[in-house]
Amino acid sequence: MATSTDNVVPGTVRAGLASYDWPDARGHFGPYGGMFVPETLMHPLAELQAAYARYLQDPEFLAELDADLRDYVGRPSPIYHAERLSREYAGAQIFLKREDLNHTGAHKVNNTVGQALLARRMGKPRIIAETGAGQHGVATATVAARLGLECVVYMGEVDVARQEANVYRMRLLGARVVAVKSGSRTLKDALNEAMRDWVTNVDHTFYIIGTVAGPHPYPAMVRDFQAVIGREARAQMLERTGRLPDALVACVGGGSNAIGLFYPFIDDQDVALHGVEAAGEGLETGRHAAPLNAGAPGVLHGNRTYLMEDANGQIIETHSISAGLDYPGVGPEHAWLKDSGRATYAAVTDREALIAFHTLTRVEGIIPALESSHAIAYAAQLAPRLRKDQSILINLSGRGDKDMHTVAQLDGITL
Amino acid sequence: MSRIPEMFAGVRGSGRAALIPFITAGDPDPDTTVTLMHRLVAAGADLIELGVPFSDPIADGPVIQRATERALARGVTLGDVLAMVRRFRAEDQATPVVLMGYLNPIETMGYAAFAVAARAAGVDGALVVDVPPEEGDDLVAALRGEDLDLVYLLAPTSDATRIARIAAVASGFVYYVSVKGVTGAGNLDLADVAEHLAAIRTQIALPVGVGFGISDADTAGRVAAIADAVIVGSAIVGRIEALAATPERIPTVIGDFVAGLRAAIERR
Repeated sequence: MATSTDNVVPGTVRAGLASYDWPDARGHFGPYGGMFVPETLMHPLAELQAAYARYLQDPEFLAELDADLRDYVGRPSPIYHAERLSREYAGAQIFLKREDLNHTGAHKVNNTVGQALLARRMGKPRIIAETGAGQHGVATATVAARLGLECVVYMGEVDVARQEANVYRMRLLGARVVAVKSGSRTLKDALNEAMRDWVTNVDHTFYIIGTVAGPHPYPAMVRDFQAVIGREARAQMLERTGRLPDALVACVGGGSNAIGLFYPFIDDQDVALHGVEAAGEGLETGRHAAPLNAGAPGVLHGNRTYLMEDANGQIIETHSISAGLDYPGVGPEHAWLKDSGRATYAAVTDREALIAFHTLTRVEGIIPALESSHAIAYAAQLAPRLRKDQSILINLSGRGDKDMHTVAQLDGITL
Repeated sequence: MSRIPEMFAGVRGSGRAALIPFITAGDPDPDTTVTLMHRLVAAGADLIELGVPFSDPIADGPVIQRATERALARGVTLGDVLAMVRRFRAEDQATPVVLMGYLNPIETMGYAAFAVAARAAGVDGALVVDVPPEEGDDLVAALRGEDLDLVYLLAPTSDATRIARIAAVASGFVYYVSVKGVTGAGNLDLADVAEHLAAIRTQIALPVGVGFGISDADTAGRVAAIADAVIVGSAIVGRIEALAATPERIPTVIGDFVAGLRAAIERR
């Protein structure tokens, strides 16, 4: 279980990495990342950078964060040796990092706890957030309720309609949920609207971005808050198996759960890093959400990264069975890890993810989120290529309760 | 050579502020845009800002968002926008045109290719909303290479350090965003704007235009008393939207509105 290294503070993880030192001072990961925002936001971003740098060195802040992760989120989350799944996939031993057991049911809360504490230290009484499936919105509304902060969550009108339960959860928690009616009325448009709110209310508002995207310092800051996943997992795997895993597998939408797991392993060159994007109905159909596999570099939402765009630079609509992966961009650090060859990025279809969802549920009694099911589905391909004495660690980033309606509908059942 | 410095010199000589209307290119259609550009000049526009439609306009309020969506629904691309400028230039070689938009369509075309094509079409400069000076070096170099100006935004949140940074790279004019908010926001505070303009002018010699939140002739007149240029966008674009059922009336009605803005600027 927990060792003394589990609760290492976010910033100090960098000291454990011998050679990897990204982003640079202006937030670039090689050619990716940066601060592509309107002038109005440059000053508040500089303020945020300064505050974040300062509190990362502040023992009192770090102790508070640590205590919240332990007592409120329920960390450390366990790793679980999925023996029956390992037999089912007939290859390497499969371990699951159980982020699904966190308070609010996913890894998202690791980041919202950190950013909300930062908001309070910066004296910002109002919190805004964007959400797709509603997981980040719920995790934000949750910490806002706990700290007594005003909370507004932007959510595309299409997502509001298909994620009613999470909308209700957010409202119960005291958040105002704003249905965004512009553009494709999904996650990217919710992000646009949250940026517009921030530009307008910048003096007293803190924008909690839910993934490792957006302008600097968000990709680095969200990574640092999520890196608790990888730090714990690294210590837990060493304790459990006496060695590091041979491969890590995590789903990638914006990529926060993946980077959270990967980051503390980046300098461990023998550990393969596998991100898994949503191939939707198939990469060849164009109906997917896999910018790293089938997109091109461009600029959206404050950073340069791989995007789903048309020949004229307009962002195109994405498709995935999983609302949490349904985003046309990806965190700039993943773009950099891809180009540098340190990580590889595969894609699995809706159908493959759904099969994995049912398999894990039946053989292990764990109902995964549809997002995480993409990681399981890729492990099904990877495991047989490894020996039985090798190991794969999958980030089980969230639980599947929120997906009951979607899965039931696909099975022809009305709940 | 960019037409922008000469235009400002002329306007200054006549002792008034310049009038800069903004319209979204291709809303409601490219033909109307070209016709409207000429009508804007006839009504007293000194420079035309032409919005390049982008799918994710994070700095724009609902009015310009909807105009963008209408243009995109017609399939308007950056290349189409340049074609509209080329058609305008066939009859008007004097009025400067600045493209206003977001980086990704330019990035997709390629900075150098964009700069060459923009100059060939008769564009004088570009204002790329999501490119602060920190990210603008390559774009500035490409545009400068074709004698095009890169117009930068300044905001109420821009402190002396940021103003200095922008002073080092801006050309043509700078655009002061008069309110914290998106395009079409209301209630600009004239005293507050005057204070910021004074701070900007201690470091920047270029003309300073003021925009965001100027919705009527009265406000335009008051801003003209303190700024080098008055920029009006959403108030025009909203009127274009209201004429959706009778697009043939757009040039006349918008022309009359802009003539009213010009009269207010002259009267101040």
